[in-house]
Amino acid sequence: MPDAPAETFDVTVIGAGVVGCAVARRLTLEGARVQVVEKAVDILDGASKGNSGILHTGFDAPPGSLEQACIAAGYREYLEIRERLNLPLLTCGALVLAWNEEEEARLPALMEQARANGVDDVAALSRAEILALEPNLSPRVRAGFNVPREYVIDPWSAPSVYLQQALDNGAACRRGSEVLGGAFDGETWELETSGGPLRSRAVVNCAGLYGDIVDQRLLGESGFTIRPRKGQFVVFDKAAARLAQSIILPVPTAKTKGVVICRTSFGNLLVGPTAEDQDSRDDASTDGATLQMLRAKGIEMLPALAALPVTATYAGLRPASEHKDYQVKARAEQRYVTVGGIRSTGLSSALGLAREVHRLLVSFGDSYRPPQQVAWPRAGVLTDYAERAWARPDNGGIVCHCELVTRREIEAALDGPLAAQSLSGLKRRTRVTMGRCQGFYCLGALSQITEGRFDSPLAEDDRDAG
Amino acid sequence: MPGDAKALPQAVEVAVVGGGPAGLAAATRLKEHGVASVAVLDREPRAGGIPRHCGHYPFGLREFHRLLRGPDYARRLVARAEDAGVEIYPQTTVTGITPGPRLSLSTPGGAADMTAKKVLLATGVRETSRAARFIGGQRPLGVVSTGALQSLVYLAHKRPFARPVILGSELVSFSAIFTCRHAGIRPVAMVEPGERVTARSFTRALPRLFGVPLHLGTELVTIHGKERVEGVTLRGPGGAEQVLDCDGVIVTGAFTPEATLCRLGHLELDPGSGGPVIDQFGRCSDPDFFAAGNLLRPVETAGWSWHEGVAAGDVLTECLAGRLPAAERHLEIVVDHPAIKLALPQRIALPFSDGALTHLQLRVTRAAGGKLEARDGDTVVWSKTLSVLPERRLLLPLHDVVGKVRGATLSLRFSEVA
Repeated sequence: MPDAPAETFDVTVIGAGVVGCAVARRLTLEGARVQVVEKAVDILDGASKGNSGILHTGFDAPPGSLEQACIAAGYREYLEIRERLNLPLLTCGALVLAWNEEEEARLPALMEQARANGVDDVAALSRAEILALEPNLSPRVRAGFNVPREYVIDPWSAPSVYLQQALDNGAACRRGSEVLGGAFDGETWELETSGGPLRSRAVVNCAGLYGDIVDQRLLGESGFTIRPRKGQFVVFDKAAARLAQSIILPVPTAKTKGVVICRTSFGNLLVGPTAEDQDSRDDASTDGATLQMLRAKGIEMLPALAALPVTATYAGLRPASEHKDYQVKARAEQRYVTVGGIRSTGLSSALGLAREVHRLLVSFGDSYRPPQQVAWPRAGVLTDYAERAWARPDNGGIVCHCELVTRREIEAALDGPLAAQSLSGLKRRTRVTMGRCQGFYCLGALSQITEGRFDSPLAEDDRDAG
Repeated sequence: MPGDAKALPQAVEVAVVGGGPAGLAAATRLKEHGVASVAVLDREPRAGGIPRHCGHYPFGLREFHRLLRGPDYARRLVARAEDAGVEIYPQTTVTGITPGPRLSLSTPGGAADMTAKKVLLATGVRETSRAARFIGGQRPLGVVSTGALQSLVYLAHKRPFARPVILGSELVSFSAIFTCRHAGIRPVAMVEPGERVTARSFTRALPRLFGVPLHLGTELVTIHGKERVEGVTLRGPGGAEQVLDCDGVIVTGAFTPEATLCRLGHLELDPGSGGPVIDQFGRCSDPDFFAAGNLLRPVETAGWSWHEGVAAGDVLTECLAGRLPAAERHLEIVVDHPAIKLALPQRIALPFSDGALTHLQLRVTRAAGGKLEARDGDTVVWSKTLSVLPERRLLLPLHDVVGKVRGATLSLRFSEVA
């Protein structure tokens, strides 16, 4: 690797999470020459790897906040582009439900807030109306309202194809490269990374859980401190998805949206998340007692869940900070934008945040010329609510039986500029081993297909055995 | 092999879902009885089922009167079925079942449909995953079931770790030790939450024999490590926790029927067994569907499943000839004690006649001793004093137990003696 960077890009985007991927896409489509630099060996490996997969309307966001504005803009754009990018959408709607007197008392204010946020199609529901819509809910429910345009999407296909579109239109992406430091000489940023030096005329920090650290390294200070907030989830078997059509939301508190029950794009039903503050930025551990509690909470709301097996458990880390709102800060004199503290709504707001970043770069005096021809890649179909590869000819045969993942899908995910670099990356791209058997049936075959592909292989060769 | 894949027929007499010991035995039997078209649909590249990757003895005593390793046993079962005229379709996944009976399929060539006069479900069992057991911690590479370990070692010739901890002490947990030894893997501990080893007594000496320390009354609480397993936290009998260095975890046993097709389809499931509700003929809630082998319950040996498959082949032959009595009514078997995990068949088609299952099969959740009674209302129709352990076979002769029943339910009660 040469010591001097080959090219000076217009913008370096630090972090290939959902926000970084959306920012890279927007800036590329506006005509900027963009490079994305990611610390992990694969994209979507931090906060973006564990969320609930909901496309929020922002009905409960603080009115007038940047978060609310970005969710609204992001939501709109997702609906505009999702068919061209072949991204799924479950138009299931949400019910916000009160389970006790105190929660019931807060419903009118929440509906008012929704209307103030432009979500004006919310409607109050009586207990009887709720149970008519969702007959499997516990009759203990007291009252609620519906939010018809809260939807379910695929939390990984969306950002992956945003970045893919950036790359297809000229952007570059360097994975496994951690930003260690850098300097701005008044015109150009020289970034020192673990993968070699990089040069660009502007920097956008989308480093998520490490956003404050990247600010410190490049600017010597940060306006916020990340305090990771862990959310644990329990995923029920696909048979559970019949039990609830809508997203079942609790009455949110100041700290969290609370424990949600919702279908996933992949055909499961999930219960979570918790909200647990912690110091570690990379330890997304689950614990047995909390998982039991989540399962019990799910059963409390949806009693028929008691008879259904659990498929998976996971935890995600939200990059919360000491501030309630997003921490988006532009430093014109350093041609640097920080997009920090995107604590839990990043999947919904990412496309909106990306437009905000573009606006800020333009305010620095930058101008780009959008490309005349725009390539529109199409995401692979991972949703259970559309025809998947296994139903089509020449699929190579099913390898992962629980999630019905074909050999061709796995091969495709191991190929190209964004090829999966780890098992978890392959899981996000294809769903392998994410089903009910968690690898019992397919791990052997998978270790052969992925041979030589990962830094951290599934298993070592053992030519003496067998 | 996709290249020489046989064309799938659109309609067959009997479609057998799953080409393990039970499915292959049933299909072979059906052909021996002269049934015209019998198709075994297996989703793996080769039929044979779980024994394909059990590289150890003892298989085949009942079926071939000799001691075989799993892969040889699987090959012989396949050869015998093919010799009998069974059509085996590998790499063929049944993605859904609907009344008809109709099967939705996926093959390397795409989606297909198949109708049959009768369907036999023989989809077997698998071990419960780490996730379903709520074992906490990080999610590094190197946490595998015995099944996954065996497919890595015996089918892919790979070694996922060098010093794993084994969780569980069922028969399969000892298979895990054998598999480890075969691949030069040295387990650092065997951890069992119960107070005694679950597997039969002769295996109890094995951990010591192989130099694997056994921790009884111990739970595996947390798995540590970001990329790869670095250790586990164990909680011992007194509640004291210790961290044990290791580079892998084998999560063994706690088998559960692979009943996804039933669960996503229209067949009634028994929460106790985890398999479909059947009568003494192995007939499901939709009488066009039958079930056999380990799909019925966790978990029996390959030989036992094979035997159930043979019996299912006999019953299906009768059924196709119109000689199987339809149920006028059902006698429901009700389990009336928390220590009894399951009892099958779950119901008896009346008027009673002998079917594929000659015995009521019971399993308990914990070691228990006392008197087991079968009651028809207040009348005790059968009783026996016994001492049982979890995961052990407990059989009640069906004819003796249900022959005299007049009511609509038979309840199984257990009076424990401390």
